Amino acid sequence: MKLSFPTRMALAVLAVAVVLFLFAPLLVIIYFAFGKSNVQTFPIHHFTTYWFGVAWNDPAVRGALWLSLKAGFFATAIALILGTLVAFGIHRFKFFGRDTISLLLVLPIALPGIVTGLALQSAFNLAGIPFSLYTIIIGHATFCIVVVFNNVIARLRRTSMTLIEASADLGATPLQTFRLVTMPTLSTAIVAGALLAFALSFDEVIVTTFTAGAQNTLPLWIFGAIRLGQQLPEVNAVVVGVIALTMVPIVIAARISGGEGLGGSTRL
Amino acid sequence: MKSSRIRRLASLSAVALVLGLLTAPAAFAGSTAAPPTQGMKPLQSVATGEGHLSLIAWEGYAQPEWVKPFTALTGCKVSVKYAGSSSEMVSLMANGGGQYDLVSASGDADLRLIYGGDVKPINIKLIPSWDEFRTFLKAPPFNTINGYHYGISYEFGPNVLLYSTTTFPTAPTSWSVLYNPKYKGKITVPDNPIQIADAALYLSKIKPGLKITNPYELTQTQFNDAVSLLKEEHPLIKKYWDLASQEISLFQNGEAVVGAAWPYQTNTLIAAGAKVADTIPSQGATGWADTWLLATHAPDPNCAYKWMAYVSTPKIQAEEADYFGETPANTLACPIMNTIQKGSCAAYHANAPAAYFSTIKFWQTPLAACGNGKNDCVDFTQWQQAWTQITG
Amino acid sequence: MSVRAGFRQKAGAALWRRPWLRGALTLSPPLLWFLVIYLTSLVVMLITAFFSVNSLTGNVVYQWTWSNFSQIFTQSVYGSIILRTLLMAILVTITDALFALPFAFYLAKVAGRRWRQLLLSLLLMPLWASYLAKVYAWINILSNKGVLPDLESHLGLPLTHIAYTNTAMWIVFSYLWLPFMIVPIYGAFERVPNSLLEASSDLGAGSWQTFRWVILPMVLPGIVAGSIFTFSLTLGDFITPLLIGGSSSNFIGNAIYDSAINGGNLPFAAALAFVSIAIMAVYLLLAKFAGAFEAL
Repeated sequence: MKLSFPTRMALAVLAVAVVLFLFAPLLVIIYFAFGKSNVQTFPIHHFTTYWFGVAWNDPAVRGALWLSLKAGFFATAIALILGTLVAFGIHRFKFFGRDTISLLLVLPIALPGIVTGLALQSAFNLAGIPFSLYTIIIGHATFCIVVVFNNVIARLRRTSMTLIEASADLGATPLQTFRLVTMPTLSTAIVAGALLAFALSFDEVIVTTFTAGAQNTLPLWIFGAIRLGQQLPEVNAVVVGVIALTMVPIVIAARISGGEGLGGSTRL
Repeated sequence: MKSSRIRRLASLSAVALVLGLLTAPAAFAGSTAAPPTQGMKPLQSVATGEGHLSLIAWEGYAQPEWVKPFTALTGCKVSVKYAGSSSEMVSLMANGGGQYDLVSASGDADLRLIYGGDVKPINIKLIPSWDEFRTFLKAPPFNTINGYHYGISYEFGPNVLLYSTTTFPTAPTSWSVLYNPKYKGKITVPDNPIQIADAALYLSKIKPGLKITNPYELTQTQFNDAVSLLKEEHPLIKKYWDLASQEISLFQNGEAVVGAAWPYQTNTLIAAGAKVADTIPSQGATGWADTWLLATHAPDPNCAYKWMAYVSTPKIQAEEADYFGETPANTLACPIMNTIQKGSCAAYHANAPAAYFSTIKFWQTPLAACGNGKNDCVDFTQWQQAWTQITG
Repeated sequence: MSVRAGFRQKAGAALWRRPWLRGALTLSPPLLWFLVIYLTSLVVMLITAFFSVNSLTGNVVYQWTWSNFSQIFTQSVYGSIILRTLLMAILVTITDALFALPFAFYLAKVAGRRWRQLLLSLLLMPLWASYLAKVYAWINILSNKGVLPDLESHLGLPLTHIAYTNTAMWIVFSYLWLPFMIVPIYGAFERVPNSLLEASSDLGAGSWQTFRWVILPMVLPGIVAGSIFTFSLTLGDFITPLLIGGSSSNFIGNAIYDSAINGGNLPFAAALAFVSIAIMAVYLLLAKFAGAFEAL
């Protein structure tokens, strides 16, 4: 489409403005993390890295970080297996109710997070399951499955079936075909899906509010600390750490998957 | 455990009923006169700790300053779940029972926990410092029923009127400033149904005709008047604060000039150099009195007793009092408070005469069965619903 | 060939010949997860909505009652909470669509390859950055002594006092969900073949005409897909209203959170949750007509 130069420029300016707008709050948080005062006003007067040390040595923060890592790891593992399986199933087999399954998978992200959280809480309560790391993992895995699914199915749709049929024709068992042909073509999509699922789990707060027990994940700790306001500078430092930690898997995922599926089905 | 298991089974069968698989009657309800755990035998002696302790606490109630020495002393590693309101503590206990050992609930939650069977009687003989407590906190009606103690009183304090000294060169003498259109958009009060009691307390003084004697025991007419006062207040409110930090930042940034607060906010703001002060107006104040209550299914009872004994000692009571800006239950804490922070004993009324404490109307759970022997008071569920109406 | 390998091959062959068996084996673990955990939970919640709680102890009373729903529909306050939430969701969706459309269009059809990739990754980073951090940052931006008033006073602009207002919430929600709107619209733009645009312009259509009659119909599913996110996220949030909102900022999410966590009234919270499920169900049905699921 032919656009006039001013139109193109206007669009470019808008694009840059949108990106700046998206980044501004993150920069603000990073800026405040170096402030010394306990009560936050802008601009800050004394720069210090003091709060990073405080955060790093806080046993509550460490415990929360460790719990978040564990929850993220196991939720990702479950999502990885189930998400890949369902992507295969939906891609390879035509059957009645296929659309229903797609809809079902999308539900945990299409319905408000608070609904998923409350539903799980009601069910755990009724079944007498105590809230613990396991209930956090179950909740996280449920909405992480779709992330893996999206990545894998996007790749499957672009991979031709002929390759797999050729492998079978040449005498490979389905397992061999899976190991030698299917997996290599999918591996990056699966890894990207796993990284995104981990990032999603690591940052989740709304569902976790309803499924966590006595322990705090890192976002729950942050939310708790914002409440009383006694530790706001420490919160800033922790949050900067969280941003950095979440960015690593995202940047890697973006690199290896070429961006596909990265934003397709995302949620809190 | 058993009764909750039965209830769960009952509800499972209710599910089955709905699914049309089974037709089993399922109806369990109600509380009885005596709390369900009254018959449970408390510990007779404290043995070696279990190595860990799990608390539900107000923020600021498990500070490293005294948690670390506790762990060093007893070997009990402490994990804390913070809750923002008494009600949140109740639902945490109801839903997560079996995981927590102790909860630091205020008087407005205690009866709900006791009658809900979430907490059980304790053996007061195992808490040596209990003897040093103020008389009115040894067996207060909000944590002691039929002579059974369900926990141990901790700290208490008034809900104060916080104001900007720039706007008010002299301290306001009446809660009426919170209902004064002059300060429209500059007022902040807690987002908590128990706030209705503050309005009732104010009305009890300015409208004696309503005959309000206890702001937590309101007949429907009295209740309606308090609610409509709060509804008139709504347009004047800048924000109903949920978090202490919000009120601090509202005052720090000049977005609010007057509000209902805890002394904690005043302390933090003054420490940060903000021009604020607080006062108890002539109508008196509501207040909170917190109790460490022992969970029915506490997995670490020995560590729990060790904690209750530890936080009852004058030293910890003093540290907590100075940190949060409240009054300790232990009468021996006063001199220690002054060594931590000069003049803090008097500032937080730790040496005040008993008459002072009777001016504070401590939070209690509003029940239908109120003092007059009739069942005509408005209960807490209605308080909650009314609060939604007020703030919605 | 060993016996074992032979068996494996036979088993493989058997599976290969019976696709339904392979299909069933592949799909049953994830489906079981969703049925047992997710759908069962939703059903349990629906049923819980018909129970009540003992007002003193907070324990659930397992007796069938319509009282929760009748309360929601008879007390005007819930009507206004629902209406406020819906209005905000609509407003945020429109705002985000207005920004996302030109941005995604520029990204997909105007920007060069490298520039596009850079912008895309810059767009995705804040999307995945800590949600709490972003909400929290806005307090520091909007408050009277925050970054925005400071900027305004430096630039000699009039000060905007929007901290703790619904305006503030509108800005923050629009900010939070913008990437969720951009990504599906970008995907939709990418699916519009360039040749189509050329054909349109060859046939004499101006830029605006091409946009209105060729592009917009093709990216509509993308917009609807994005709006599913903005809607569901706004409906499900309680933290932003809590931290950013003012004195009249209760949302459905807050009402649910207050009932479940603060009030200990799980049945009432469940009934409220079903209101938001109903809203989303209607929305999803409409979206299905618009073919948005392909773009999700």
